Amino acid sequence: MNKIIELKNISKSFDGELILDDLSLNIYDNEFITLLGPSGCGKTTMLRMIGGFEHPDCGDILFMGERINDVPPHKRNVNTVFQKYALFPHLNVFENVAFPLREKKVPKKEIREKVEKMLSLVMLSNFADRSVTSLSGGQQQRVAIARALINSPKVLLLDEPLGALDLKLRKDMQQELKKIQKSTGITFVFVTHDQEEALSMSDTIVVMSEGKIQQIGIPTDIYNEPKNAFVADFIGESNIIDGTMLENYKVSFSGHIFECLDAGFAVGEQVDVVVRPEDVDIVPVEQSMLQGVVTAVTFMGVHNELIVDIGGFKWMIQTTDSANVDDRIGISLDPDAIHIMKKSKYSGMYGDYSSYSNELDELSEPGGEE
Amino acid sequence: MKTAVKTKNKSGMSLALAPYSVWSVLFILVPLIFVAYYAFTDNNFAFTTENITRFFTEVTKIKGDDGTVTEVHKYLVIFMRSLKLAVISTVVCLVMGYPIAYIMARSKPRTQKMLVTLIMIPMWMNFLIRTYAWMTILQDKGILNGLLSAIGLGTIDIIGTETAVIIGMVYDYFPYMILPIYSILAKMDDKLIEAAKDLGCNKFSVLKRVIFPLSLPGVISGITMVLIPSISTFYISQKLGNGKILLIGDAIESQYINNNLHFAAAIAFILMVILLVCMALVKYLTARLVYGGE
Amino acid sequence: MKITSKIYTALIFAFLFAPILVLLVFSFNEAKSLSVFSGFSLKWYKELFQDENTLEAVKNTLILACSATVISTVMGTAAAMGMHKLKNRFYKMAVDTVTNIPMINPDIITGISMMLVFVFVGRMFGAATSLNFWTMLIAHVTFCLPYVIFQVLPKLQQMDKSLTEAAMDLGCTPFRAFIKVTMPEILPGIITGAIMAFTLSLDDFVISYFTTGNDFQTLPIRIYGMTKKTVTPDMYALATIIFFVTLALLLLNNFVESGDDKRLAELKKQKKQKRSEQ
Repeated sequence: MNKIIELKNISKSFDGELILDDLSLNIYDNEFITLLGPSGCGKTTMLRMIGGFEHPDCGDILFMGERINDVPPHKRNVNTVFQKYALFPHLNVFENVAFPLREKKVPKKEIREKVEKMLSLVMLSNFADRSVTSLSGGQQQRVAIARALINSPKVLLLDEPLGALDLKLRKDMQQELKKIQKSTGITFVFVTHDQEEALSMSDTIVVMSEGKIQQIGIPTDIYNEPKNAFVADFIGESNIIDGTMLENYKVSFSGHIFECLDAGFAVGEQVDVVVRPEDVDIVPVEQSMLQGVVTAVTFMGVHNELIVDIGGFKWMIQTTDSANVDDRIGISLDPDAIHIMKKSKYSGMYGDYSSYSNELDELSEPGGEE
Repeated sequence: MKTAVKTKNKSGMSLALAPYSVWSVLFILVPLIFVAYYAFTDNNFAFTTENITRFFTEVTKIKGDDGTVTEVHKYLVIFMRSLKLAVISTVVCLVMGYPIAYIMARSKPRTQKMLVTLIMIPMWMNFLIRTYAWMTILQDKGILNGLLSAIGLGTIDIIGTETAVIIGMVYDYFPYMILPIYSILAKMDDKLIEAAKDLGCNKFSVLKRVIFPLSLPGVISGITMVLIPSISTFYISQKLGNGKILLIGDAIESQYINNNLHFAAAIAFILMVILLVCMALVKYLTARLVYGGE
Repeated sequence: MKITSKIYTALIFAFLFAPILVLLVFSFNEAKSLSVFSGFSLKWYKELFQDENTLEAVKNTLILACSATVISTVMGTAAAMGMHKLKNRFYKMAVDTVTNIPMINPDIITGISMMLVFVFVGRMFGAATSLNFWTMLIAHVTFCLPYVIFQVLPKLQQMDKSLTEAAMDLGCTPFRAFIKVTMPEILPGIITGAIMAFTLSLDDFVISYFTTGNDFQTLPIRIYGMTKKTVTPDMYALATIIFFVTLALLLLNNFVESGDDKRLAELKKQKKQKRSEQ
């Protein structure tokens, strides 16, 4: 695969606040890469830098091997789908899509052909004469994509493009975006704070926090092998427990010794142990490895979500079994349910469900970016 | 090189602002400095406080109805009269205007638009003509007296009284009170009123505890926009006061006519300072009123 | 509306329109009387149009208003763009405060203050009379500028800033982006600002009064002169004409302000229908 964009040691601060901290990243041809992170992590700033709307304080941006730090946006072979679409309200659908072509003084006939083709790609052929303000959110979204694609850019930048859509529409658009990316072969750089979206669409996920890249990888690796407590917590739900490595493939936590699949740690090293809620098996107390008391039960549809107090640490467990509050239950963990991480500065900040409630989680859901 | 784009943008933008910056310094700031400069100098541009002291100390004799002669401070009397008439006019405008602004804001969007346009029509007519129209209505042989005598009520001498001047001020500046209040009330979220009702307010306490406090910025700008032109007018008092009701504006104008620029500047300077203090005070008080609770 | 509200509204509007109605009616009065209507006649209009001084004043007013509008609209729009981009908080506040001064200051002080400068500068150059068309133009531009700025500025602030970025992203230079995207977005503000500047300039008396010379008379100053003497109903005829002109301008302004895409879209639709019918 060819490198199409390289970010080298980029730093950027606004009003003395460091937004990007010595960050490097390669983006390859034909990939769907997602920048994922909470609001304020720097992902939008990074995207805007590639688009040419921000300039790094230090470091270089390379586009197909050439330094483009000082190339203005209109000279970059990169186009953007903006967060709230940024459709021109004084132009209709056709003219919005035709905008870049008219700027390049493309002959009229060619414009018509190209725009019609593009509108059919986004399934808006019958909407050419409509005013953009009369369109629904999903339709506006498609116009924005069509407009950004009409110049056949090498790279398409998408800044939380699905944020304003409702859940159902969002799922459909995810599918469609993926389809468009496959059929056009254009590199998509997608910014989102929604981990599910990232997992389902991306070839590569870049998890960011505090202006730094925490982990780069394919979705399954990011989910199954998180590098630190931040990633483990941000992607999906996880119980993160302090543990001690006894030897290769053997870890002790919560007063019990477990077999695991991880090796390469020093003997006696303090580690973070990640257990996904769906990987916990509920077993009769007498056959169990750990025991605890159920403190909360939430019915979630496909499964029940239990909060279980095990030796003072609150675990989240997702199970199809039923349980009641104050029940004493036992749990068992298979070796592949356990993932060991090195201690990091995020250790101890996440992964305990003692103050867990659904509402709180929603409130802390990041809204807009920056 | 890195910052080249940025600085280019910046200078491009300040280039757009440059002509206005120069203009506003030359024709807004410098003139204000000149008011002070003239106020504190004599005809040879030597420093003096005489013009200022003259404003506070010059006395004139006025004859009462019973023939007694009293000495008064000429300009202080004029100033107090200006203030009195302007305050009365402002209060009348507020009392008359708030309900109409409220009614407008509560009516259907189409009606709202029509009413706003109707309010604005007289506002956009030259105020000399508006004032003059009132003169023809109020004068001794005018339409009002014609109507009154036609229905057998006799005639009244209203022209040349303070009442006539107040009518003129209220009429001329009334829309300036209504429109700012209206625009705030129209933008107010209905949910706030519903919330207040939900929390146990009756209609009157909704008005008192929610609507009025929220509309205060509109009220303040309405008051400013009526008070300032009323206090400084000279045409209304000339026409409707028949030249008998002298206001501070008349004082400035007559000094200007007599080419007594330094004293005219002094009066203007004092007026400006007093208005500035008033505005600051109003701003401070409302800030406390709105956010300070009881 | 409740009945009490209706009555109150009617009373208020009666108060607002009674004097105007009086002017309208008596401009068509046959006799010179200002209180008795003795028959319909257009003679005061005729007299008005034969009054060369008034016609000259109308011409002067229009020249002045047009020049002041063009200058203040161009300079004000540029200034608003600059102010919108200003980052420095202190500088921003300073510009904002200075811009507010002509709107808050009583007209009489604005007028006097500028007159003092003009007279002073004139004297420095030894001119006998320093007040003329140009001083008046400067004064008018100065008091129109804030209104233009405060009409354009909010339009810039409301504008989604990613619109210009989108234009640049799609191949526009910053200047082209301004022409193709920013301009259409802020145009309603510019037009409203220009109309306000025009009407304010037409209407201004107080500031003009202090900054005009003897050789240049505008309509409000002419009216002031006319109302100093005993007034004949040709003044009323003039007032009536002014009334209808301002009414027309006001309706035009409303049309532009609420130049909702709806109405424009409807117009376009009608046109299209007509075209397809043909």
